[in-house]
Amino acid sequence: MKPNKNIILKNWPIFIVIIILSVSPFRMNNYWIDVFFFFGIYALLGLSLNIVLGEVGLFDLGHMGFMAIGAYTTAILNTHFGIPIIFLMPVSALAAAGFAWLVCSPIIHLRGDYLCIVTIGMGEIVRLTLINNPFGITGGPNGVFGIDFLSFGGPLVIDSSIESYFVIWIVVGLTILALINLQRSRIGRAWNCIREDEIAAESTGIDVRYYKLLAFVLGAGLAGIAGNIYASKLMIVSPESFSFIESCMLFCIVLIGGMGSIPGIIIGSAAVSLFPEIFRAFARYRMLIFGAAMVIMMVFRPGGIWPRKRGSVEFKSLLTKAGEDNV
Amino acid sequence: MRIFLEQMLNGLTIGSFYALIALGYSMVYGVMKLINFAHGDLFTLGSYLGFTLLVWGNAYVTSHVGLAGGMIAAMLIAAIGIGTAGIIVERIAYRPIYPAGRLPAVVSALGVSIFLENIIMVLWGPRYQAYPVNVVPTLRFEIGGIHITLLQIVILIFSFILLAILYYIVQKTTFGAAIRASALDRDTAALMGININTIIFFVFALGPALGGTAGVMVGMYYRQISFTMGWNYGLKAFTATILGGIGNIPGAMVGGLLLGIFEMLGSAYISTAYKDVFVFLILILVLIFRPRGLLGEKVAEKV
Amino acid sequence: MFKDSSLNTEKLVESKPGEERIKIVQKIALETQKLTKKFGGLIAVNNFDLKVNRGEISSLIGPNGAGKTTVFNVITGLYQGDGGKVIFKGEDLAGKKPHRIIAKGIARTFQNIRLFSNMTCLENVMAGQHCRSKEGTWSSIFRTSYQKKEESEIRKIAKRLLQRVGLWKFGDELAKNIAYGNQRMLEIARALASNPDLLILDEPSSGLNDKESEDLMKFLKSLLKENLTILLIEHHMNVVMGISDWVTVMDEGKKIAEGVPEDIYHNPLVIEAYLGKEEEEEEEI
Repeated sequence: MKPNKNIILKNWPIFIVIIILSVSPFRMNNYWIDVFFFFGIYALLGLSLNIVLGEVGLFDLGHMGFMAIGAYTTAILNTHFGIPIIFLMPVSALAAAGFAWLVCSPIIHLRGDYLCIVTIGMGEIVRLTLINNPFGITGGPNGVFGIDFLSFGGPLVIDSSIESYFVIWIVVGLTILALINLQRSRIGRAWNCIREDEIAAESTGIDVRYYKLLAFVLGAGLAGIAGNIYASKLMIVSPESFSFIESCMLFCIVLIGGMGSIPGIIIGSAAVSLFPEIFRAFARYRMLIFGAAMVIMMVFRPGGIWPRKRGSVEFKSLLTKAGEDNV
Repeated sequence: MRIFLEQMLNGLTIGSFYALIALGYSMVYGVMKLINFAHGDLFTLGSYLGFTLLVWGNAYVTSHVGLAGGMIAAMLIAAIGIGTAGIIVERIAYRPIYPAGRLPAVVSALGVSIFLENIIMVLWGPRYQAYPVNVVPTLRFEIGGIHITLLQIVILIFSFILLAILYYIVQKTTFGAAIRASALDRDTAALMGININTIIFFVFALGPALGGTAGVMVGMYYRQISFTMGWNYGLKAFTATILGGIGNIPGAMVGGLLLGIFEMLGSAYISTAYKDVFVFLILILVLIFRPRGLLGEKVAEKV
Repeated sequence: MFKDSSLNTEKLVESKPGEERIKIVQKIALETQKLTKKFGGLIAVNNFDLKVNRGEISSLIGPNGAGKTTVFNVITGLYQGDGGKVIFKGEDLAGKKPHRIIAKGIARTFQNIRLFSNMTCLENVMAGQHCRSKEGTWSSIFRTSYQKKEESEIRKIAKRLLQRVGLWKFGDELAKNIAYGNQRMLEIARALASNPDLLILDEPSSGLNDKESEDLMKFLKSLLKENLTILLIEHHMNVVMGISDWVTVMDEGKKIAEGVPEDIYHNPLVIEAYLGKEEEEEEEI
């Protein structure tokens, strides 16, 4: 049996999605390519919030704050010091992750809603500080502009819609691979245990504090990368892109899709980013419809559109290996 | 010293708004363990309702007595209207979701919030609306060197009466004891013969009603309202709730008043631009040292 | 229930190479000295001394509210004690975090079962091995060969444990969907997955029918052959008397008696404090 063929056959829906995503930009106009670029940004942010909210069950309503740190790190270092965007990608990730570690360390013991308000507060502090232009480096309410395009050196500059589309979706794809591996490791299990029952998790040997912080740091790092890509695509960053309402939208992406479910997050981010575009014809009623749709969604599918299925892969691997003593 | 006292007074005024709104969050949270994110927009709806009533009333009445009566009527109607809205929201958007746990209800609440915000925009238009100026005569008094407007006095009196009534109901009556019992442990309270549905009805009517009244007062105080203001006030009031200890009704009042005072003192002595940063920093500091808020009790988790 | 008897004689989970496990030579596995825990003004546990002998089943009994579960919670680090020592392998564990204590070799179960309800039974037992595995974030993201090897080890051990407690057929079911008695066994399997030296069980037979609790006791006995020590809280007097090697009785936070079951059974203090109330309880039921 050829393993490669097997993988493709088993996961045919995934391959169809990949083919559609890679062919479709050549059939769309630039406007829709950009819409799909933002869909990708939301997907990346949704995946990053999913680590914190979906896997560990921590209420984080200030996630855009981490993205802001990443975006502004890129913007400031690029415009002031001319450092190329490509080098700033890891720097932004580290800056956001470091920030998360710094602010979350003292508050990580807070439970549920108390943690929720602190993350809101943190996100707001970031946004308000950016508006107030400390030391004259964030440009106040106007933000920072004139950010370079992403460049891989020489003629390879990401300056068209279609190129940035591929950049974001390749990053999303790599992130998904990494997250699937994490979900199937002891790290992912530890996260889920904390979500299910913190006390039992502690008694089972899981360092709850460490794994919660780890989730925040990884989630923030990914959000930082999203910020970097966002900044270089738009060439401008401004504080109102990172508002509380945006954080709420990310929260909804995770819950509309299904907590901890990667395909769910992609569907959720599609819903949040494409819905307003599709309903553009309804002009000022579209957000009204959107709000009502969220309520209806939760009434009829409270577990999300595509809830996570558990187990089976690991279980089956055991079945095939030692078929004789399956009691 | 004069500036300090004046800022305290201003802080107390906006603090009383926060306290009134915070009560809605806290009561609903206490009984349902749900952060009602739509509460801020119910408050805005109250403000717009009051606006329409006052504009409409002003066309007919001009005498001061009539205006005062109109103001009280506006607050009362806003309270009843928003209380009803609160109950409708609970029935449609929250009740069907309770069995599914807490997080879907949060998303539903956010959905309601977006819906309400946009319905206000559709009905009243996206621009700022200016409250009628002559509702309360623009009189200024000076007491011991401190300036205070008649409007401030009226607002403080009204909100403190409301806070006192609520405090009395919750802390001194049997019905209040039932609410507090439900907040502690809903299932046990139900076993003790408390009708939980009545309690839910009450908190979802009274919380938004207080918020709606606060909406009218905010409109009169700042004279300008916008359909997006619910986010900001909601966020501040929610912060106040947590500051005092969520689910704890005196805590919400204290939290609201303190938050208003912090905000005004912060803007007077530190920087106007950073006043909100200051408020959130205080909240985070309080939570680091008192993880359940100022008046929240330390609950030993049952293992 | 426990069909796989061939496994009974071998150690449940092999120690991994390179893992340092202190060899226990002394007879006492666990000892608490003057353990104290207060809740506000209430002294839940008062200068409590407990001894658990190695390779035996010890029981902690006492009427409701005597402070038994509190003692367990202090030993396993869920509560911070207000004084006293918890000595295990010659080390004072008082004040250590729960995840450190299980790494030292004390695993526990809970009175009201606390499983990871939305995870499968297999995952529950795999999670139990957390403190005995060490692959980190990066090796998990890149799925290194070491990480794969460790994961497959974890899976195999989990499978063996599930077979051992007769739950392998439910391996792929969510923990919340299996029967109550099975959930109890699953929780024990999860605790055993950490390869403990001391297993602490909080009322393991509560909610089980007679047949199930008899099977459970047989299973616990069989564990003793594998170098395990067991400490349990139990309410069912007949269960305690049947399997315990040593019984400690506590009332109102204090130790009132200890000894072999026969002595305890005839101790007038115990009869007064405990057995009287036990009868009342049975009437209620």
